[in-house]
Amino acid sequence: MLDASTLQMLKKEALDARIKTIECISSFGSGHIGGSMSIMETLVYLYYVEMRIRPEEPDWEERDRLVLSKGHAGPALYAVLAKKGFFPLEWLGTLNKGGTKLPSHVDMTKTPGVDFTAGSLGQGISAAVGIALAQRIRGFKDSWTYAIVGDGESQEGEVWEAAEVAGAQKLDNLIAFTDLNKQQLDGYTDDIIPMYHLKERYETFGFDAYEVDGHDFNQVADAIASAKSVKGKPHMIILNTVKSFGYIPGEGVKGNHSMSINEETRKSAIDALVDREGGR
Amino acid sequence: MIAVKDYSNYRDVVVAAVADLAESHEDVVFLDADLSSCIGSTAFQKRFPERFTNCGIAEANMAAMAGGMASVGLTPFIHSFGCFASRRDYDQLFISVGYTGQVVHVIGSDPGITAQYNGGTHMPFEDIALFRQIPSFNIIEPSDGESLARLVPQLYAAGKSSYIRTPRKGINVRYTPDDEIMLGKAITLTEGDDIAIVATGCVMVDTALEATAALKDKGISARVIDLHTIRPFDAATIEKAAHETGHVIVCENGRRAGGVGELVAGHLAQTCPVKMDFLCVEDRYGEVGPLSYLKESFGFTAPVLVDKALKLLSK
Repeated sequence: MLDASTLQMLKKEALDARIKTIECISSFGSGHIGGSMSIMETLVYLYYVEMRIRPEEPDWEERDRLVLSKGHAGPALYAVLAKKGFFPLEWLGTLNKGGTKLPSHVDMTKTPGVDFTAGSLGQGISAAVGIALAQRIRGFKDSWTYAIVGDGESQEGEVWEAAEVAGAQKLDNLIAFTDLNKQQLDGYTDDIIPMYHLKERYETFGFDAYEVDGHDFNQVADAIASAKSVKGKPHMIILNTVKSFGYIPGEGVKGNHSMSINEETRKSAIDALVDREGGR
Repeated sequence: MIAVKDYSNYRDVVVAAVADLAESHEDVVFLDADLSSCIGSTAFQKRFPERFTNCGIAEANMAAMAGGMASVGLTPFIHSFGCFASRRDYDQLFISVGYTGQVVHVIGSDPGITAQYNGGTHMPFEDIALFRQIPSFNIIEPSDGESLARLVPQLYAAGKSSYIRTPRKGINVRYTPDDEIMLGKAITLTEGDDIAIVATGCVMVDTALEATAALKDKGISARVIDLHTIRPFDAATIEKAAHETGHVIVCENGRRAGGVGELVAGHLAQTCPVKMDFLCVEDRYGEVGPLSYLKESFGFTAPVLVDKALKLLSK
């Protein structure tokens, strides 16, 4: 359970990161708003509380690393990284523009603080398994690897290949998340490939698994704390989330994977979010 | 450096070369996909148990994992049969290794007809073309054990990813420890002014040398070039041969589309257009059988090459 002041800080930072994500996407005119907004609490909690990072030294070898396997949620990660000082906030206005350092899908060769490239779904979790294994081989005893996988992404067979190896290798320094936001590009996962029983699936692959409300900081924090106390198994935290949560025009809407956001919708969406959160 | 005379198989040479490298470089690790007893990477595992991982029958995951491991400062060598090491993990090698700028060395064993009894499902003719499409990969196909052993540490030192195309079984003895073997520098095996035969890999270099002896009996001098490195491409040696002979035949144990022949032809088209022909697989899949049968079936024989040379010279 988080103390009141930490919880208040996290809520404030998440609101600000959501606003910056909406602004970032609207600067280009459209983008992956749905999957960006659904993982915001997890990203903010990790980068503000949990992770051992050095924004001034993003390549510090023994840092904790995060692989955003659902690489299209780049704008959410960019907002958090910019706020943490990995790069200037002004960069957020350059999304997808020619020569930008912030492409739609995360790219470790372009953006300080991005620990691995993703976009071809399924590969990020494999890379995260490799990173966790490499941390163990190199003797980085205090280093953790985090990975965020999409529920739609989990239709890729490679995700389960990665899970097999993580389980077999007992990679207990790997804490993975599945963003169970129940929607994918073409619609609801239930209508395409239902993603049932993910917690149980991971348990059968040898994981220490949890299922929490992905928009509740306390639940996310408690699950990570529990995970860190369990030795000899990799960890999977299923995040029950709402796709587009906080970008209210997209909440509960089919087709919110990627949306157009013009000046007018940006302003009204931010006003509505601030209003719902009881002010900035 | 390992003593190649101590080994009787390509597989033992390549694993010993990687293990020798690992002795002096702590970053070198080995990943296999349930074919460790086929390539003999168990020998690496014995020496460096904590630096070996059997990833199971999941090549795509292995390749992306290797990219992740490289991002933490390790240098993975990964192995599978060439068919799987190229086709099953291609997007992972392209994105999570190539595009990310990571360095991973891929050993693809049993190229082309050397897959023999595993047959058509296991017979990669397209692997060279596939790796040529990943901009950051060096590509080698040594034609003997000595050159294989000597090129592995050079690939590591080059600091780029690589594809190592090698048979597992048998070994050719062509070079000695005193011969100069340099990554990216083709080796001229016979001097000749009438025609140049550019060959890649042990099957084709053997065929080229055999054909050259037959051509010599007919009064034709053929220059055989062992193109053991496909990338970086030794443009100078090939251009010189084209310029001095005016006739070039490229021999590869692979498919024409995107392969070594098209690499050489594409280069010479811009720099020194000459009469050319190709000994390779056309639009055809592999099949099962012993090497002797497959050589006949695919026309990878000296008589076929001699015939091509005579026809090219008479054009």
